Amino acid sequence: MTVAKRVADGGPGDVEGLLPWHAAGTLSARDTRRVEEALASDPGLAKQYAVIRDEYAETISLNESLGAPSAGAMHKLFAAIDAEPAARVPVVRAGLLARISRFFSALSPRMLAAAGAVAALVVVLQAGVIAAMLSKDDGGQSFQTASHRAPDAPLTRGLGVESGPQALVRFAPDARMSDIAEFMDSYQVTVVSTSRNGLFRLRFDQHKDLPGLLSKLQGERIVNLAVPAE
Amino acid sequence: MSATQAASDEALIARIAQGDRLAMQVLYGRHHVKVFRFGLRLVRNEQIAEDLISEVFLDVWRQAGKFEGRSAVSTWLLAIMRFKALSALRRRKDAELDDETANEIEDQSDDPEVTVQKKDTGNALRKCLMQLSAEHREIVDLVYYHEKSVEEVAEIVGIPENTVKTRLFYARKKLAGLLQAAGIERGWP
Repeated sequence: MTVAKRVADGGPGDVEGLLPWHAAGTLSARDTRRVEEALASDPGLAKQYAVIRDEYAETISLNESLGAPSAGAMHKLFAAIDAEPAARVPVVRAGLLARISRFFSALSPRMLAAAGAVAALVVVLQAGVIAAMLSKDDGGQSFQTASHRAPDAPLTRGLGVESGPQALVRFAPDARMSDIAEFMDSYQVTVVSTSRNGLFRLRFDQHKDLPGLLSKLQGERIVNLAVPAE
Repeated sequence: MSATQAASDEALIARIAQGDRLAMQVLYGRHHVKVFRFGLRLVRNEQIAEDLISEVFLDVWRQAGKFEGRSAVSTWLLAIMRFKALSALRRRKDAELDDETANEIEDQSDDPEVTVQKKDTGNALRKCLMQLSAEHREIVDLVYYHEKSVEEVAEIVGIPENTVKTRLFYARKKLAGLLQAAGIERGWP
């Protein structure tokens, strides 16, 4: 479509609409290339561009002839500035806390409320994630009593109704915690009580033969004493 | 405007936000003439334009802390001036003011036809530029004199970018019509 036809039809063509900005030198490099290529191949567009350059030059000439405001305008401005309340204090190297404080004080009440709501939501979500993790760890049950026992998990304490022989056991002074833990794990021990003199009242739910059990316990390196509990 | 000056303007605004009076003087010295002329072309009254220029820069002093740097400082200044000029025009019933002041301007020199007789096409063109509507004047000035991009004009005037191109196109057609009526044929449209 020719430029004349486009003008008759109404609005400018794509490149045609950019010609004034091309004259002012404010187009991007890409648009400048597009316009220059179009100007080189379209005499009608080139003719219009010559007209635009005249408009451009005369617009500048007209504006430059308008003069400038008097010094009175500046005096009026700075008198008004001097009359402004001295609310602003020059800031010198504000610390992090001051900057945070300024940030929050700059927020509108609505933004502040929204930020608070988001923070609360984050806390709730975090709690939910933690709860979900705990729930996953215990096999999906929402709680676990002291008497509950997972299939292969060692028990060190139980208040349930399981029955088994009980024995009083004293560990050797040089027994390490890791050894005691391993012992309790291997015998599936429930600690019923402890006494001040280092005696543990233990229940062995996986064993029925107390004499045999005691004899076995006495053979353990970390056990000093193993006797039947009353 | 160069990128360096734009960055420098932003630095001045940051200082003004801290209450730096000297930075305000520098910014005023740098921009007041062009902003004044933009306002004067809209309100067509020097006294009003001079009052507006003080108001524009007082707004800058008060609002500098809120300047976000999303546009050039000069674009911001022109947008403030435009807003204030249009408010002033509304206060003075702009239609009346337009006609009144346009007549005053015409009285100051020859009309376009006479100018053509003098073979002074440039002068006639300037004359016709003054006869454009406020809407057309501002877009011609923003693009040609204030060297604002399509995006910046859209931001200042508050219209879509495509409308900016279309509006300037029609302003130019109107200008061509005025010149044609004055006997000047430029070969476009």
